[in-house]
Amino acid sequence: MSNTPLTPDLELPDEHYLNATYGSGIRSWLLTTDHKRIALLYLASVTVFFFIGGVLATMIRIHLLTPGGALVTPETYNKLFTMHGVAMIFFFLIPSIPAVFGNFLIPLMIGAKDLAFPKINLLSWYIYLIGGGFVLYSFSTGGLDTGWTFYTPLSSVYSNSAVTPAVIGIFINGFSSILTGLNFIVTIHTMRAPGMTWFRLPLFAWAHYATSLVMILGTPVVAITLLLAGLERMFHLGFFNPALGGDPILFQHLFWFYSHPAVYIMILPAMGVVSEIIPTFARKPIFGYSFIAGSSIAIAVIGFLVWAHHMFVTGESTYAALTFSFLSYLVAIPSAVKVFNWTSTLYKGSISWDPPMVYALGFIGLFVIGGLTGLFLACLGLDIHIHDTYFVVAHFHYIMVGGAVMGYVGGLHFWWPKITGRLYPKSLSQFAAIILFVGFNLTFFPQFILGYLGMPRRYHTYPPEFQVLNVLSTAGASILALGYLLPMSYLIWSMRYGKVAGPNPWPATGLEWKTDSPPLTENFHVTPEVTWEPYDFQNRPDLGLAAGARPLAPAHGDD
Amino acid sequence: MQSQLPIYPEQASNFAPQVDALMIFITGVCVFFAAAITIAIVFFFFKYHRKESTAVGIVTHEDSRLEAVWMIVPLILAMAMFGSGAVVYVDYRNTPHDTLDVYVVGKQWMWKAQQPNGLKEINELHVPVGRNIRLILASEDVIHDFFVPAFRVKMDVVPGHYNTMWFRPTKPGRYHFFCSQYCGTNHALMGGWVTVMEPSDYSAWLSGSSGGSTNPAVAGEKLFAEKACITCHVANGTGPSPSLNGVYGAQVLLADGSTVTAEEAYIRESILQPNAKIVAGYPPLMPTFQGQLTEEQIFALTAYIKSLQSQPVPAKGYGIAPPTGKK
Repeated sequence: MSNTPLTPDLELPDEHYLNATYGSGIRSWLLTTDHKRIALLYLASVTVFFFIGGVLATMIRIHLLTPGGALVTPETYNKLFTMHGVAMIFFFLIPSIPAVFGNFLIPLMIGAKDLAFPKINLLSWYIYLIGGGFVLYSFSTGGLDTGWTFYTPLSSVYSNSAVTPAVIGIFINGFSSILTGLNFIVTIHTMRAPGMTWFRLPLFAWAHYATSLVMILGTPVVAITLLLAGLERMFHLGFFNPALGGDPILFQHLFWFYSHPAVYIMILPAMGVVSEIIPTFARKPIFGYSFIAGSSIAIAVIGFLVWAHHMFVTGESTYAALTFSFLSYLVAIPSAVKVFNWTSTLYKGSISWDPPMVYALGFIGLFVIGGLTGLFLACLGLDIHIHDTYFVVAHFHYIMVGGAVMGYVGGLHFWWPKITGRLYPKSLSQFAAIILFVGFNLTFFPQFILGYLGMPRRYHTYPPEFQVLNVLSTAGASILALGYLLPMSYLIWSMRYGKVAGPNPWPATGLEWKTDSPPLTENFHVTPEVTWEPYDFQNRPDLGLAAGARPLAPAHGDD
Repeated sequence: MQSQLPIYPEQASNFAPQVDALMIFITGVCVFFAAAITIAIVFFFFKYHRKESTAVGIVTHEDSRLEAVWMIVPLILAMAMFGSGAVVYVDYRNTPHDTLDVYVVGKQWMWKAQQPNGLKEINELHVPVGRNIRLILASEDVIHDFFVPAFRVKMDVVPGHYNTMWFRPTKPGRYHFFCSQYCGTNHALMGGWVTVMEPSDYSAWLSGSSGGSTNPAVAGEKLFAEKACITCHVANGTGPSPSLNGVYGAQVLLADGSTVTAEEAYIRESILQPNAKIVAGYPPLMPTFQGQLTEEQIFALTAYIKSLQSQPVPAKGYGIAPPTGKK
């Protein structure tokens, strides 16, 4: 607690977006066009899907405790991992940070009153709900057993599960993503406050700009691809089924053209969150601002050119494989640039151990492992062996859970005081971050070894020699579950009982911290004017800091 | 023998040491970087821990040379990984010519293999040690994948395509193989054992258990007559369609002026989609056999056509390109 600046007892502002004059009844929420309220609607709905996906994951891990499968039949197991993937990827990970924090923060960060298209913003939430409804219908009427990848002709011909409503749901949900991306791009272009130049934008906004490009350009492709698979299933039109003259490999090209960039939809916003947290809690400008901003754009662009690295053993031409392997190695460079710059930002910082920082550093640790193991999979000769094994499962969970979810939970801890106006218990949340980190590693690290030993993905039963590592993984998952339940509990508790945070508890430099917590419906009392560079603590007397007068570290070797 | 908790599978093919070497190289580089980053973060975390609540950090300025270094050094290492991986992959995708060919068909949820002499196996595959083995892979339904961890090789088995994979077993023994592409309900049960035998044992095994099996070329010859292929594809080249003598492995001249090597995939396509590639000088007469032949029957026909490789090629009425065409 000693790190938090001493403040007198604070009170919540009299009027804010949660108790705004137009009412706080259910109608005022369902018809709201306030980006902050829409963000909370998303927060509630993605949490529901996270919970569904989490329960399914728990069942998977319990089932895999014994080689023969401890819990369910093969059919049910296949449905468990398919529905886990669909719920988590399309309805939690892809909307999570953009639709919750992006919605809440982008107008605040750039000094705007709302997004460019507030009604479209609400519409995109309803589209998400309709898409989610179709998918839940599919889950509850026969389930889905195609794998989240929907490979044809399994999905379009052979599966006996409820494929059609699921692909319709994902198709519809795509529009939600496209509209959100559109809204962000227009908002960032046109609604920046006076003085908020492109290179004063928070890196969170840069990351969301890059993410939005991927959403707008990639989502239509997966939507149409799944629609084609649905049409083949319903009306026997031959797109992908060789018996009807189609080509199953075509499906994979189209599917991965979106679904690889989709990984960047999940990880770029998390990188944006971390790029906000690190300078705030190191109390110094982020190192290499323009390189971090540029690397987001580079990842979004090169990320579109690597899709067929999912297909090295489909029999694709050797030349295609060489090209895609080469490009996959290129996309590693901008990610490395980010990690090096984050680490350098810590150098000579004034580092606090506040919970968001613990989460952000945990993110870097897990993302480094996730990113580096991508180098194994991009390696053509090595991918022959580890493709479609647990090595891949471990790799993408390090990116999507270790990276994206860790970033999401870190963001939740960072902006919770802004969103609710209240603080949560500090030591408990630091403890939860460590639990999450340890539980995560114990769950997924053994899977790298399992994969190299040759255990294929999506197996409801496995040879006995793989049992020890599976048991370890399940043990880790139970710790991991605690790591999620803890924050869920104390954050909910804090909504009522947490200490009042005040406008800028950390303090941080962004515009979102220059207004009340929780903010007004219109965000700012007066339109702010930006006269400072991003993450500048030295020239900001309003933050109440030592302002460079008494640097912590001795000023030797100043560079 | 492996310890109780092995970290890599047995090495039993020519590719296994190469793939393991890639693994060790990339692991080494990655452990170095991960350790460097982790140590730096942990060190800074404690060294620069804030002691006074109002303290701020010391500004450090962006340095283009530093940024260039940490782009170029990882890029060089990444290119080394790319290059060394590519060498192994190109080797894997270019099958040597002296292979022993085994046909493998995947279907929900079993594997059928057929030895060169026609011997059929289910969820088992016997191969001799030290020989280059080529598997010709076909699927009757959805996409499967033939994966032998001890050999470090896998290849998708795609309906409508022929894929091939090759390896040279280096150590006798029994090794798991798995289906590695999710294929429906019993995906996890779709596996079996590869038995690598000494060549003499393999020969004995082939002759000892081939009692009931038919040589695929013989079965193919019978099919060739039954399906009336023989009516048009007359051996001496006087029929309305090209003679198939000597066609296997040769360059075939097509109506559009291009050439194609008459290998398994081309023969299969010509049976199922005869009009996809028309041989120069011949009318497109042939009906499609799509849906009328099982993958095993196509294998048998291919084996028969292959057996015609040494037959005399007629002077007239053949589709083989002039010998100027390079192999």
